[in-house]
Amino acid sequence: MSYHVNEKGYYGNFGGAFIPEMLYPNVEELRQNYLKVMAESDFKKEFNHLLKDYVGRPTPLYFAKRLSEKYNTKIYLKREDLCHTGAHKINNTIGQILMAKRLKKTRIIAETGAGQHGVATATVCALAGLECIVYMGEIDIERQAPNVARMKMLGAEVRPALSGSRTLKDATNEAIRDWINNPVDTHYIIGSAVGPHPYPDMVARFQSVVSEETKWQLKEVEGRENPDYIVACVGGGSNAAGAYYHYLNDPDVKLIAVEAAGKGVHTGESAATSVLGKQGIIHGSKTLLMQTNDGQITEPYSISAGLDYPGVGPMHAHLYETKRAEFIAVTDDEAMTAGLELSQLEGIIPAVETAHALAIFEDKKFKPEDVVVISLSGRGDKDLNTYIDYFKL
Amino acid sequence: MNRIQAKLQEDKKLLSIYFTAGYPSLNDTVTTIKNLESNGVDMIEIGLPFSDPLADGPTIQASSTQALHNGMTSSVLFDQLKDIRKTVSIPLVLMGYFNPMLQYGIEAFCEKCQEVGIDGLIIPDLPVEVYHEEYKAIFERYGLLNIFLITPQTSESRIRYMDSISEGFIYMVSSASTTGNQSGFGNEQTDYFKRIADLRLDNPQIIGFGISDHETFSQATHYAKGAIIGSAFIKHVTAHGVHELGKFTEPLLKG
Repeated sequence: MSYHVNEKGYYGNFGGAFIPEMLYPNVEELRQNYLKVMAESDFKKEFNHLLKDYVGRPTPLYFAKRLSEKYNTKIYLKREDLCHTGAHKINNTIGQILMAKRLKKTRIIAETGAGQHGVATATVCALAGLECIVYMGEIDIERQAPNVARMKMLGAEVRPALSGSRTLKDATNEAIRDWINNPVDTHYIIGSAVGPHPYPDMVARFQSVVSEETKWQLKEVEGRENPDYIVACVGGGSNAAGAYYHYLNDPDVKLIAVEAAGKGVHTGESAATSVLGKQGIIHGSKTLLMQTNDGQITEPYSISAGLDYPGVGPMHAHLYETKRAEFIAVTDDEAMTAGLELSQLEGIIPAVETAHALAIFEDKKFKPEDVVVISLSGRGDKDLNTYIDYFKL
Repeated sequence: MNRIQAKLQEDKKLLSIYFTAGYPSLNDTVTTIKNLESNGVDMIEIGLPFSDPLADGPTIQASSTQALHNGMTSSVLFDQLKDIRKTVSIPLVLMGYFNPMLQYGIEAFCEKCQEVGIDGLIIPDLPVEVYHEEYKAIFERYGLLNIFLITPQTSESRIRYMDSISEGFIYMVSSASTTGNQSGFGNEQTDYFKRIADLRLDNPQIIGFGISDHETFSQATHYAKGAIIGSAFIKHVTAHGVHELGKFTEPLLKG
């Protein structure tokens, strides 16, 4: 079985491009060109150069000695938190801005929840000298003020999404509507492995540098490319897609996807899509989706804005359905505790999203000789207020 | 013959009105349909509200949110429409996004449409290829026409493909836009209307998006068989309710 996208844009039963006809020319242009552009030697050279000298890659694969001792297994942290702008998000935005330039687009739009993808997009737009408009839910604008200021400082316009629940889902809707209204000059930089084909595949490919590096880095320290486990948090799923990518077809590497259980999977305040969702269509993709019996998309909840999404990328829906990946749901409390623990055991303050991935060790047991790689997808600077409020620091 | 096909053969320009089911009040649906017909409207698009209507601007979004809040669902709508064909004879088209239909079950949804007397469906986020491969046979089994949208960016070969598998009308989106986002038509639009008219398609065209008054209605129907009004009508019922719809339709038809 392949876990990669097929020629029709599907991962098993999931994916496709369920888009209004108004978006067809844009998405089709991208579909016809993305693989060709990514294969060009000029493109690869520029992408790799920017990843190295601008983003700061390769990011370290760090053996977390004290964390490993505590849980009696071998834990490595893939340090995406050390990327420029503080998270893995920039791997994708660098790739997409180069793609947009080659497609002769002059105007960039993006959606953002916590603001990490918005900042990463505003950053590459500054770098490329392109106009940048970021849609952000009105509620998120209020609760993520520092990232809003960052985007403005980088020259981006932040437009509030005023519809629906005024969070990430609605910001994505507004970005899509903008694209419908500006079909010729605009490229939409989606921030996660979601949306209509080819977005999930394109984003996964740009993020795949994470697992590409993990392979040779692990070989150097452990003498083998393959860990026993790879653990990543999943909202839409871009960091997990990158961390898994080159291991997808190696069945001896077990994949663990950590979702946000919010206040508890069955409390009505959760974002654990694999448990609570069923097949449906969101943002142009057939995937697992939290919805009412009538097919209306429902509001998720998580303490982390980045995991607060009612769907999951189609690749992950397929990994769930085929049981290729094990899905674990972690509550707000468990994630916050794990975030504090990593800070005090290793001196690394993780993003609240990432803290979910670190929280599995209380329940999930590993053997002492197991090699467990955790995608440390982002740093916690942006979450200081959340940590302060939670721990009364 | 399907009611849509019969209506398209009439020697007149057609006025089609879109409204959101369950808006402004949950039980306004049937009243709206009856009053539109008695005021000379030729065809009605009944909007099944969706939480995340990607192709719609603020007016239809807000009416959808309110309708859902009022308690509108697919089942409620079918129940409201169960006796509609005892009194209403003009074509009724259901317009909605794909996910609620998928959850209802496509076959069950189509069967129910036929039962209450729906003649066609407009599903903006169901791509023509997917419809063709997976659902066309089901729609046909229940006598439903699927209406495809084209835009100024749609290529001729794609338009001809849609024309070849379509048996009703082609829904021409007037400009690259979400609903309710334009004011008047410029040369760019009229060039596009003319270009499509010159293709001599098998299916007549009806223009939607950006029709709001007598002038835009006349412009559109100069080139096409008819025109669809949505956001402007929603604004009217928001302000004036659903009882005296002649106040909306008369100035539109007579100028």
